Amino acid sequence: MTSAIAIHALRKSFGTDVVLDGIDLDVAAGTVYALLGPNGAGKTTTVHILSTLLAPDSGEVRIAGHDVVREPAAVRAAIGLTGQFSAVDGLLTGEENLQLMADLRHLGRSEGRRRVAELLERFDLVDAARKPLATYSGGMRRRLDLAMTLVARPQIVFLDEPTTGLDPRSRAEMWRVVRELAAAGTTILLTTQYLDEADELAGRIAVLDHGVIVAEGTPAELKRLVPGGRIRLEFDDPTVLRAAAVALGSGEPDDETLALEVASDGSLASLRDVMDRLDRDGVEARSLTIHTPDLDDVFFALTGHDVDAREGVAS
Amino acid sequence: MSAIGFTDARIMLRRNIRHAMRYPMIAYLIALPVVFLLLFVYVFGGTMGAGLPTSGTDSYLQYVVPGVLLLTVAGGVTGPAISVAQDLSEGIITRFRTMNIARSAVLGGHVLGNLIQLLLATVAVTLIAVLMGFRAPAGPWGWLGAAALLALVSYALCWLGVAFGVYARGVESASNLPMPIMILPLLGSGFVPTESMPSWMQWFADHQPFTPFIETLRSLLFGTPVGSNAWLSLAWIVVIGVGGWLWARRLYERKPLRTA
Repeated sequence: MTSAIAIHALRKSFGTDVVLDGIDLDVAAGTVYALLGPNGAGKTTTVHILSTLLAPDSGEVRIAGHDVVREPAAVRAAIGLTGQFSAVDGLLTGEENLQLMADLRHLGRSEGRRRVAELLERFDLVDAARKPLATYSGGMRRRLDLAMTLVARPQIVFLDEPTTGLDPRSRAEMWRVVRELAAAGTTILLTTQYLDEADELAGRIAVLDHGVIVAEGTPAELKRLVPGGRIRLEFDDPTVLRAAAVALGSGEPDDETLALEVASDGSLASLRDVMDRLDRDGVEARSLTIHTPDLDDVFFALTGHDVDAREGVAS
Repeated sequence: MSAIGFTDARIMLRRNIRHAMRYPMIAYLIALPVVFLLLFVYVFGGTMGAGLPTSGTDSYLQYVVPGVLLLTVAGGVTGPAISVAQDLSEGIITRFRTMNIARSAVLGGHVLGNLIQLLLATVAVTLIAVLMGFRAPAGPWGWLGAAALLALVSYALCWLGVAFGVYARGVESASNLPMPIMILPLLGSGFVPTESMPSWMQWFADHQPFTPFIETLRSLLFGTPVGSNAWLSLAWIVVIGVGGWLWARRLYERKPLRTA
């Protein structure tokens, strides 16, 4: 299997801030790979180095077989990047933006026109094609941004937090596009803060924390590292809380929040079991919430600290 | 520049011209010097002209036009500063940097796009001056020389403007940075002879680049001997142009990425 992206011992610091502390990563051609981690883990820095925007301090990075430091032009010819911040020309229309990309990629007049029309259609921008970008919604700008990345049919596409800040409908649309690209054989490296997104789209996931990869594997492998979900119950007073703890026979009652958490695999059976036990002893819960494993849990399981405890780390 | 480099620069130029057509800054490039021209000729002209060898409003008009033309050109520093700063704030430059585009094309496109607008503005201001009664005795060679001088100064100042645009922290600061340059023509021999200034000011006026520019332009238009001002002007053009070009390129390579 050939590697589309091969990273070995990659390091990068900004001043005294060590952002990437020895990353090794290998992405097979034609696969979707997710880099999962909280803000400040080093995801964007990694993508910037892979796309020749930043020079690494040390280590080796090869994209489509080309070294990012020694052969940046060959790397640039093979890649496309859609970042967190829209890289569109706000003074042009959507169509002109796409045409500019077609021109700069030297597609030729008729091929360029055809490609622009095709992408406007595919990204549902036909009606807005001739309107200035000032009239575009956030989702439309993001779609145009990605369409611009795809004009030249890059072999490898980097998507830096492609759905952050998008509404659910735009997010689903972005997922659909990523799947289509993957089906067409494009190699995709995406960064995300959401486990469900990585789970949904990627064949393999690397979890990045403090500039180090703390876990790597298929979504199923990663989830096995994480304890299952839990059911959280809240009660009106401490007496009821104690009665519930006795009825359920598990979980640590929390007197301050009047809450009790018990392990659950998220299945209906486990939920029914909890409710049956409470009913049997006549215990009334004020509220019930079901938690499935999220990035917080993955992080806690892998690193022993919370995502929140990591503010102030340079990105 | 390779064939690809030339094509890329042309694509960038077309983009910048499209911006210019949509948001015409050329009106400002023409308006400011024309207001100065009207103000200095019709309001101050009678009094200011009294200080000249041949007094009068009309002779002051003949005296002030070269200064006003250089004022037009100096105003052109703002154009590239703003257009480059705007690009950098948009994130589109980040995209360009991940594409296989000739390095010189992005900034070169800004220089050429702004230069074209600036030259058109200079022609417009000249025509207005002629309508007001400006008559230069220069023959075709004199006019050609004057045009060449203005074009070269414009080109050099456009590179300086591009450097300001890359240096600036945002569009607002990019539009303020060129202010000192725009004032320079007023602090030279453009509006009054430097001999009429206090000695410290005269020293500054005689040694800043716009005085030789203005004096060379005046000599070319009125057919008087150009003397050392021509060489001085060329030297300043090279210093400003090459300095701006190197500064812009260096800053552009090192500019940190837009992250937030």
